[in-house]
Amino acid sequence: MKRQAPELIPGTKLTGKWHGQTYRVIKKLGQGATGTVFLVESERGPLALKIGHENPSITSEVNVLQRFSKVQDVKLGPSLIETDDLKIGDESFAFYTMEYIRGAPFFSHINKYGKEWGSIFIVQLLGDLDRLHQASWVFGDLKPDNLLITSSPPRVRWFDVGGTTLMGRSIKEYTEFFDRGYWGLGDRKAEPSYDLFSVAMVMINIAYPHRFEKGQAEGLEILTERIEAHTWLRPYRKVLRTALLGRYTDAQLMKKDMMEIISETDSKKRFSSSTKNRMKQGKQFKKTEGKRGNVWDAMLAASFIILASVLYWVGQLM
Amino acid sequence: MSVATLRQILLITDGCSNHGEDPSMVASLAHEEGITVNVIGILDQGSMSQEGEREVEQIALAGGGISQVVYTKQLAQTVQMVTRQAMTQTLQGVVNKELQGILGEQSEWEDLPPDQRGEVLEVVDDLGESVQLELFILVDTSASMKTKLQSVQEALRDLSISLQSREGGNLFTLSGFPGKRKEIDQLLNWTPKLDSLTNVFRKMTPSGVTPTGPALKAALNQMTKRKQRRQLLSESSGGEDVEEASS
Ligand SMILES: Nc1ncnc2c1ncn2[C@@H]1O[C@H](COP(=O)(O)OP(=O)(O)OP(=O)(O)O)[C@@H](O)[C@H]1O
Ligand SMILES: [Mg+2]
Repeated sequence: MKRQAPELIPGTKLTGKWHGQTYRVIKKLGQGATGTVFLVESERGPLALKIGHENPSITSEVNVLQRFSKVQDVKLGPSLIETDDLKIGDESFAFYTMEYIRGAPFFSHINKYGKEWGSIFIVQLLGDLDRLHQASWVFGDLKPDNLLITSSPPRVRWFDVGGTTLMGRSIKEYTEFFDRGYWGLGDRKAEPSYDLFSVAMVMINIAYPHRFEKGQAEGLEILTERIEAHTWLRPYRKVLRTALLGRYTDAQLMKKDMMEIISETDSKKRFSSSTKNRMKQGKQFKKTEGKRGNVWDAMLAASFIILASVLYWVGQLM
Repeated sequence: MSVATLRQILLITDGCSNHGEDPSMVASLAHEEGITVNVIGILDQGSMSQEGEREVEQIALAGGGISQVVYTKQLAQTVQMVTRQAMTQTLQGVVNKELQGILGEQSEWEDLPPDQRGEVLEVVDDLGESVQLELFILVDTSASMKTKLQSVQEALRDLSISLQSREGGNLFTLSGFPGKRKEIDQLLNWTPKLDSLTNVFRKMTPSGVTPTGPALKAALNQMTKRKQRRQLLSESSGGEDVEEASS
């Protein structure tokens, strides 16, 4: 019924109708409701190119990315490179190119290195959301599918701005599991608490990778039950509840509470052996500061001070 | 440019009409009146009959709206998406007309360079956020719908959440068909909120026939009368509507 974005085979060269820039397709990165994303080679190096099923949805994503680029000093999403159309026969497909984020899917990192990383990513995410909210935007469709983990050091990045909405407007793109309206816990007005609800649901999703449905009972009741039933979630019950009830008006506050719990929780219990192994490879991680690097090496020698390393990572995020 | 009110009929049904006039003819009429007709075909499982699916598509096409056939599980998200997309589509049409006035008959939004396209879309987005919406919800309550009405009720509550999150006002009314004595029975009078829906479908006696055409016609008549009344009231203050908005 609906038009589909073209399948571009690796090796294909395409040229934009308006700007005449040529791109060579390297591979398909993924496909979603609004379009297909390809990794392409261009004059400026590798880029991600998103080509839409429908032209308006691509244009509104471009609008968001363009406004992001006007916010100075802070990076709110992948940077937009160029917008153009691809002519195929007498059909015209809108596309844009953006910075290519070289990263692993959210869950593949968590599955490999442990859920503990989940809390770290949540803290990073809250810092990013705070900056986004300061700029009067709400992310909207926040979920693991829209997050990538870049490495050295591991850092969460979002990319799909299809749901990003100006503060005060209504959110049009969301995913039910992460949407407070679905759970009967609020409306779809773009405000910080909307995103913070989704953050809580991302945490719950980490604990329950297969997610679950609402069923007949009250939303809050089901979610509370699930939180209490999971050992990894339980320590965060207060933060989660506050976020689910929309009582955090500010990402910074939720971040602070998260970090307090992370530093309080018994580190030995929280850290799986796979994470410890990863920590030992810490030398390979890029260090931002020489001095910190030395401290880091010393900590590795005394590998039992795991809590300190958590604080190190948290420190990196601030 | 000012757009005061968008008017839509949302039809939710699970099969083919089998009584009265052709529903897509009525939908064309509605479209002429400036009312958009959206249609959701709903299924418990399996698939809809080919003719049922075709009819759903045809009605929406004639009514200038959007159609979608879905399982009860996806109903909530689909209903809100279809409604929002149809609003955007109508507003896009209004803006396109305006553009043709400036750029010439042949011009379309997509002929604009990508940068200007963004600006136009922003205008459409702004309008979609602030416009007033009048929505006539028409639900098939024939026997086969019995198992699906719980989902319909939830989907409507969800739709109300989405629309109320906008800045613009909303007015909803809900009717079921076939009615006991008339084509349709009103279940909820015009109201800005859809949260008092519990048990709203309880009163119905699901019947066997599906007179979609006559039901649509009754809905159309009610909406037209409403508009005429409103125009009379606002004559002096300069009543506006989407069809007139391009002037
Ligand atoms: N800038 C980028 N760098 C690297 N990979 C990307 C980038 N943008 C998108 N991708 C990849 O392409 C896939 C599809 O992208 P995206 O989520 O934007 O599509 P979509 O149509 O908006 O999907 P949906 O709306 O269904 O979530 C993503 O899963 C991601 O793996
Ligand atoms: Mg996505």
